Amino acid sequence: MNDMNLKFSKSHEYVRIENRLAVIGISQHAADQMGDVVYVELPQIGKAYSKDEEFGVVESVKAVSSLYSPVSGTVSAVNAELLEHPEWVNSDPYGKGWMLKLEMTSPTELDQILSQEQYDAEVSSH
Amino acid sequence: MPTLIFDQSIPGRRGVTIPASGVPERDLLELLGPELLRQSPPELPEQSELEVVRHYTRLSQLNHSIDTGFYPLGSCTMKYNPKVNEAVARLPGFADLHPYQPAEQVQGALALMYDLQSWLGALTGLPHVCLQPAAGAHGELTGILMIKHYHRHHGNRRTKVLVPDSAHGTNPATAAMAGFEVVTVQSNERGLVSVADLKAHLDDQVAAFMLTNPNTLGLFEEDILAISQAVHEAGALLYYDGANFNAILGAVRPGDMGFDVVHQNLHKTFSTPHGGGGPGSGPVAVSERLAPFLPVPAIVRRPDGSYALDFERPLAIGRMKAFFGNFGVLARAYAYIYAHGHEGLRQVSRDAVLSANYLKARLGDAYEVPFAQSCMHEFVMTSDRQKAQGVNTLSIAKRLIDFGIHPPTIYFPLIVHEAMMVEPTETESKEELDRFVEVMLQIADEVRDTPDLVNSAPHTAPIGRVDEVLAARKPNVRWRKPQTAR
Amino acid sequence: MSFNYLPLTDAQRRDMLSAIGVSGMEDLFAPIPRELRGFELALPSGHSELEVQQQLNRLAAQNRPLSAQRSFVGAGATLRFRPSAVDHVASRSEFSTAYTPYQPEISQGTLQVIYEFQSMIAELTGMDVANASMYDGASAAAEAALMACRITHRHRILVSETVHPEYAEVVRTYASGPEVAVETVPHRDGALDLEAVERLLGQDCAGLLVQVPNVFGCLEAVRAAGQLARKAGALFVVIADPISLALLEAPGAYGADIVVGDGQGLGNPVSFGGPHLGFMATRQEHVRQLPGRICGMSVDTRGKPCFTLTLQAREQHIRREKAASNICSNQALNALVATLYLALVGKTGLVELASVSVQRAHHLADRLVGMAGLELAFPSQRFFNEFVLRADRPADRVLAELADRGILGGVPLSRWYAGSERDLLVTVTETNSPEDLDAYLAALSASRRSSAQERSVEVPATAVDHATV
Repeated sequence: MNDMNLKFSKSHEYVRIENRLAVIGISQHAADQMGDVVYVELPQIGKAYSKDEEFGVVESVKAVSSLYSPVSGTVSAVNAELLEHPEWVNSDPYGKGWMLKLEMTSPTELDQILSQEQYDAEVSSH
Repeated sequence: MPTLIFDQSIPGRRGVTIPASGVPERDLLELLGPELLRQSPPELPEQSELEVVRHYTRLSQLNHSIDTGFYPLGSCTMKYNPKVNEAVARLPGFADLHPYQPAEQVQGALALMYDLQSWLGALTGLPHVCLQPAAGAHGELTGILMIKHYHRHHGNRRTKVLVPDSAHGTNPATAAMAGFEVVTVQSNERGLVSVADLKAHLDDQVAAFMLTNPNTLGLFEEDILAISQAVHEAGALLYYDGANFNAILGAVRPGDMGFDVVHQNLHKTFSTPHGGGGPGSGPVAVSERLAPFLPVPAIVRRPDGSYALDFERPLAIGRMKAFFGNFGVLARAYAYIYAHGHEGLRQVSRDAVLSANYLKARLGDAYEVPFAQSCMHEFVMTSDRQKAQGVNTLSIAKRLIDFGIHPPTIYFPLIVHEAMMVEPTETESKEELDRFVEVMLQIADEVRDTPDLVNSAPHTAPIGRVDEVLAARKPNVRWRKPQTAR
Repeated sequence: MSFNYLPLTDAQRRDMLSAIGVSGMEDLFAPIPRELRGFELALPSGHSELEVQQQLNRLAAQNRPLSAQRSFVGAGATLRFRPSAVDHVASRSEFSTAYTPYQPEISQGTLQVIYEFQSMIAELTGMDVANASMYDGASAAAEAALMACRITHRHRILVSETVHPEYAEVVRTYASGPEVAVETVPHRDGALDLEAVERLLGQDCAGLLVQVPNVFGCLEAVRAAGQLARKAGALFVVIADPISLALLEAPGAYGADIVVGDGQGLGNPVSFGGPHLGFMATRQEHVRQLPGRICGMSVDTRGKPCFTLTLQAREQHIRREKAASNICSNQALNALVATLYLALVGKTGLVELASVSVQRAHHLADRLVGMAGLELAFPSQRFFNEFVLRADRPADRVLAELADRGILGGVPLSRWYAGSERDLLVTVTETNSPEDLDAYLAALSASRRSSAQERSVEVPATAVDHATV
């Protein structure tokens, strides 16, 4: 299912473009590996990140993982509802489980990250 | 709902009576002032003494403890806590001493600390000892800060600390807390530090390598002399995590292996009780070159044989806590060492190692043991075979509870899948070890024949498995007084 | 050789070796390089339990416990009333010989105690959440300073000069690792100098640490200090004496962001300075930056409410180098003691204990300042149950006069502060009976009379010194 036109980083974040904004979250595979997500720590609106910079943290009961921005940009929105509903990261990572939206500063970076097919291959090889 | 002590409160009831002041009283508003006088008292329970005693006695009965059952919890050294230790620590001559009493009033306490320092120095081969740290991790922070100050004093601002991938979580956490970048060193196929990978990471930015020996797999790092040489040639120091010291008491000394600093866990090796999570005590012992950096005050013996506190240590890192350390824990450790003596402590490590190897030999057929060589005081096995049958390590651990046995440490070290780390200690009888073997073999059979029985364990504990996701998603971490309807 | 804690017999050891398939213990120690084995161990020989008791009794007898004298010594560790039931219940080995409650099914006792402890600390401090304990008040203060840096992403801490000097020193030691700057705010007349606070606070300051009652026993202008901190975007960290919070406003009510302190007085013996316990409480929004263990309520598979350690992703065993702190062992047994104490003393009792301490302290202070050669060092400040007595002679001399009558008169401030040679911190609690107060006064008035007589017969000063040592 790639009707969302998802792209992925090797550190398991996805990005999809919606109204020229980069919508970022973690892949279904990553969510499954974490187990039940209990908390997501997200940045403040207006903060700028470069590609591969840490922007937050996702926690399950027994694991914690840093989140890295797959592209460079400035935060224009965060999914504050995840504070109340962290389970959405597991149940609907590409939809209600999105984490933040970035105004990209270098949209060409999208060309450097993995397609769905490449990501699936990467994941299944491990 | 579990009944909380607050729920049983009845206004006006009391557990103790307090004497009257017996002096002419002044108005509290006048004495304390309007800015800070509290408007309504804290909502503490209102209970009679019997109700309080009963509430907490009943709670105690919900616990597993060493005194009620076997506790083969790897890395934690849950040995028997001798009762004489408890008796002596409560003597008024120790318990009712104030840290600021004049030295001449506390000579016995200082003598105890001085002797304990020298004994820990003898056991570690590192003669300079500070008893101040309150726990193992606190000792780690003390040691790593000393290393930081040592390098700074010599004009180096080294930025990195190396830890093995099998390390206790406190090692990387400590290094980070002390402002270092943490770099992980890989283990080799035998479960030991890869000397090649270590050397690849050693450069002039490395301040220290933190190591547990035997390591968290219960394996002695045979290449320790090569490791020590490589670390020191790079200008770094070698840190010894004393969590596994019980394995080598009197058998080999960290100082002789080349370590520069070691912390002890008196609540593990030296038999002081864990208390449900503390208090511990984490003395550090260091080599000559780190001695000037030890925290203040030092306890010294004067030429006339009296003991004193010495604050004149210009290079000291400072203080790690108020006063001198967890003295009550030190008194227990003193009693333990005094009871065993050198021959007894040597027998402690021999029996601890023997018991672990015995369990490993007897369980090796039913469970996978990933590292075949002989272990020290603990060993790691896995439930890989059982997982293929649909039962994971967590369930095996929970099933042990039904037999009155505390689960081993599980899912640690991180480099072993489905890990179960077993540390019997030297204080368990062979009969108890054999019973543990029988139970583990029975569980292996159950995994094959009745896996649901294991997967739904525990069955006899006060509660079943806990919904930890709920606890973390919707944290409820305190009682609040119910709001009364208006 | 056999030992009472080592149950294996030689025959069993042989059986076990053969089950393992080795010929002797040396085979099991073979991984240890041979050249490291075989050294002299400079330790005593083993002793029977009776001899252990005798040895420890002998050492204890070389000390002079507080209970054998009239003690007015405090400054962070104080002899206080300890209800008998506290030790009786806390000594149950189901509590004392249990490990950290990582297996909730068989640790509900310890876990519920932690939950109740957290609740009591939250009530006392007026904060939302508390953790399961820290090593002591000083290290809790240091952890609070680092926590303020994490929350604000700033690297400078202000510590009031009126914070217990050993606490301030621990803050500086902890801060030396991550190179957090620690600056001291001077005091004016025994309390925080608010003008200096305003001057030193800047946009780069992570936190302001204030103690109340402070190390001189004085109350602080906490509301003003908290407002200044908030205005600068710094966290307001309050170090509090939990017993004083029966009468003093909860720090949460005047804007504290983090509250820490030492709970020794809550039923724990002084024990030469440890083990005590630290406590730490904060606002809900900062709970994920709180170091240490936290217990929460949940349900089990059958839907039964129960307790478990929670929010563990903050901790070292999960987050490793990114953990909020490296703390692992805490002071659980001392926190149990504090919980038992607060349950027994209760809502009314804690207020009464605090009031008795305050009344007796003020009574003693009032009477002392009426005596020649004695005054309060900070007469303009309100105080709680400790105050600084200033003499016309060295504090050590005053202490010696009191020691002659079996009184431990206080802590000389010259221990920490230059120029305080005549100052003595006097601590009064419910354990100091009215007779103790009278004895204190009598000792000092008697010494005035005798030194007056000595002066009148022109005794050389050295002889006087000798007589009072």
